[in-house]
Amino acid sequence: MWTLIQIELYKIFRRPRTYIAFIAVAALITIIQFGLKVDGKSYADFLMKDIGGTMEIDGNIINGYLICYIMLQLLLVHVPLLVALIAADMISGEANMGTLRLLISKPFSRTELLLAKFFASTVYTLLLLIWLAILALFLSMWIFGTGDMFLMKSSYVVLLSENDVFWRYAGAFVFAALAMVTVAALGFFLSIFAENSIGPIVATMSVIVFFTILSTLNIPIFNALKPYLFTTHMISWKEFFDIQVNDANEAIVGSIQNPQKIVNSALVLVLHIIGFVGGSIWIFNKKDVLS
Amino acid sequence: MMQQIVQVKGLTKQFKNLTAVNNLSFSVNEGDVYGFLGQNGAGKSTSIRMMLTLIEPTSGQIELFGMDLARHRREILRNVGAVIEKPDVYKYLSAYENLELFARLSGIKPTKKLLMDQLEMVGLANRANDRVKTFSQGMKQRLGIGIALVHNPQLIVLDEPTNGLDPQGIADIRNLILHLSRDLKKTIVVSSHLLSEIEQVATRVLIIDKGQKLVEGNAAELFDPAQTIVELQTMDNAFALEQLKASPWSSYLQAQRNTAILLKLNRTEIPSLHTDLAAMQIQLLSLQPRHSLEDYFLQITSGNQHVDTYTN
Repeated sequence: MWTLIQIELYKIFRRPRTYIAFIAVAALITIIQFGLKVDGKSYADFLMKDIGGTMEIDGNIINGYLICYIMLQLLLVHVPLLVALIAADMISGEANMGTLRLLISKPFSRTELLLAKFFASTVYTLLLLIWLAILALFLSMWIFGTGDMFLMKSSYVVLLSENDVFWRYAGAFVFAALAMVTVAALGFFLSIFAENSIGPIVATMSVIVFFTILSTLNIPIFNALKPYLFTTHMISWKEFFDIQVNDANEAIVGSIQNPQKIVNSALVLVLHIIGFVGGSIWIFNKKDVLS
Repeated sequence: MMQQIVQVKGLTKQFKNLTAVNNLSFSVNEGDVYGFLGQNGAGKSTSIRMMLTLIEPTSGQIELFGMDLARHRREILRNVGAVIEKPDVYKYLSAYENLELFARLSGIKPTKKLLMDQLEMVGLANRANDRVKTFSQGMKQRLGIGIALVHNPQLIVLDEPTNGLDPQGIADIRNLILHLSRDLKKTIVVSSHLLSEIEQVATRVLIIDKGQKLVEGNAAELFDPAQTIVELQTMDNAFALEQLKASPWSSYLQAQRNTAILLKLNRTEIPSLHTDLAAMQIQLLSLQPRHSLEDYFLQITSGNQHVDTYTN
């Protein structure tokens, strides 16, 4: 099994396509960082425009922590595409190249092959998230410095003290990784039905877009469905940045407003991963390889 | 007694309404170059894919090395090397890297010497570090065979190994098969729709059509060069056929195709036939010997005939 995993990782990281995602993430982040470094004050004024009359902020709100949050909001919508690029290619790509039949005629089970491939695509996903964290968080901290984190939610403002932020990012990135692994599992599942990569990649993105629209639509008929859609739970990383307040309306350092929501969302995502991977194994073991 | 390497019993594969392989039984002995012959769509590839666990049989049993394939898959496949139709490998890797990767997948830890020796055997040592995307079809086919052999399997399965190759490539593959059989004593199952290819390498032959066995036999007897088919064209073929049916040559007559009269006979009998035709006042336009095996193959694969095992 270990040999299989090593070989799958070797194949992923020998393909030029793999590095597209890393380059795309780096390009997007550095462009945003450049823009904010050059014209951060205008952006801060824009952020403060709506609440300027109700509160006054002393100091610079643009720091590494806020920039990382902004970038996470933007990028976690696009990273699924980069994850699908590899995960949805894992089986369909082999079928397309014609190497699948050679792989299956080797002395290991189809279940072992699928698990090794899924593990390898998970490693790729995690590395992409680590790369995202390095650039979006650590590079932003280095370029813009750190400080208290000022967040504007839809109906309220959150102010996190500087020493209460970093662990939240650690939690948010771990959760985001779980969400992206769910995307990888979906892409992986769809890839067993196709003999070229384009179909499963497009199908993965279509499912995510479709479910995201259902998750965000505020139509009562869909409300019963929302808790079961993985896209509803993919954005729960934001819960790490909602803080509890005491009776005096003061923020409680180290608290999360709704930790149960994070746990529930994580459970739903884990169940989806198990469902997608288990379904892939079940179907693939019955599949005749005709490619 | 020679060991049976492959034993297939009552193998059937049904794809919805299509029966691709129908109650097929055959066996391959140790050291055989077993030619699997049939027209396109006859069921050769489906049968081979079932032998390699790519396709699950609807019914029937496959035993390799005396073990049931369904129950001892891993153990059996360690000892099998295969090229299945096109020799597709990872185009972004070099020949050496592909060989190393598949060697490890086959359960061995290859040394550099082993890999280079293998590439040397298939004539690719000087291109070891070149990416496969720069290779010709023939080179890819040879690399595919190298991959099939790298773990030193006892049984080698080659499905249409000459597809898409130029004459030189076909000759290279043929020589490689003969080398593997004669020098390395491998058991080889090779499928083709090209009769001439099988004829030149096979020691035993199975001919299938529409998923069913037509003939299984010893190649030397089946491809007896002394036996030939002659095609007669006369001034009046209907009269000639009538005369021949009434003569001792009636038992030599073969099923007719078009208007030609076909007789199967030994080459040494052609002069007597010629004399008798003149005696029967048949005005001969031409008497043309044909390739016996090709005719035989076309005859049995298009005539829906069922022939039991020819010889063992």
